[in-house]
Amino acid sequence: MPTPDALLVIIRHAPHSSNWLREGLDAALVAGAFGQPVHLLFMGQGVMALLKEQGSGGPGQKATLPTIDMLEMYDIDKLWVSEGALQSLQISADSLVENATLIADQQIPGLFQQHAKILNF
Amino acid sequence: MMQYGLLVMGAPYSSPAPHSALRFAHAVLARGHQIAGVFFYHDGVHNASLLMAPPQDELNLREAWIELNQQHAVQLDVCIAAALRRGLMSESEAHRHGKQAFNIAPPFELTGLGQLLELQQRADRLITFA
Repeated sequence: MPTPDALLVIIRHAPHSSNWLREGLDAALVAGAFGQPVHLLFMGQGVMALLKEQGSGGPGQKATLPTIDMLEMYDIDKLWVSEGALQSLQISADSLVENATLIADQQIPGLFQQHAKILNF
Repeated sequence: MMQYGLLVMGAPYSSPAPHSALRFAHAVLARGHQIAGVFFYHDGVHNASLLMAPPQDELNLREAWIELNQQHAVQLDVCIAAALRRGLMSESEAHRHGKQAFNIAPPFELTGLGQLLELQQRADRLITFA
């Protein structure tokens, strides 16, 4: 159960298509560094951020997977992934990083209700 | 009376987000609520550029934000990391990075993401414009 003061950071953009993922993760890390409990939810193309085999990507862009791997050091260990998004992108759960937890799309509204603070990237 | 915080992440003149945010701010104030602060992040940092020079028959968004600051004492915070990587900086940052120009000046303040979290704590609602 999430603590009431936890921040939910929602990631909806894939790596390398824009700077949304990087700057969303930055916000999560800063909140974590400030001692705020942080939960992450990956929806839509954002689920691709969790692919464990991804490389550094397109022209000269820094990889974001090392940042995903770093989350645990900031006590961010709750990474929810939309099951529906995985299905529609035909990504199997075992191609994701280990600490990702699947969540059924019907449960996502409940997740929003449990968090008073949400940031959407 | 409610305290609203605004998170602006859309760039001026390429996204409708800054216009929407300003209209929202004025609507909220007109109903007797307060704006607890505005935080510019992602491409929204461009709203603060001193060098913004739209045609005269278009709203100058930077000036519209400044008016909001002057009339209602609304704090205008700009994420420093998002700003620097997009070429926006204050005079002191320009010195630090050896640049010949700067384009962020008061009432816009360069600050860290901690200010966004603080704004979210302080406000009853944080509304995102992206």
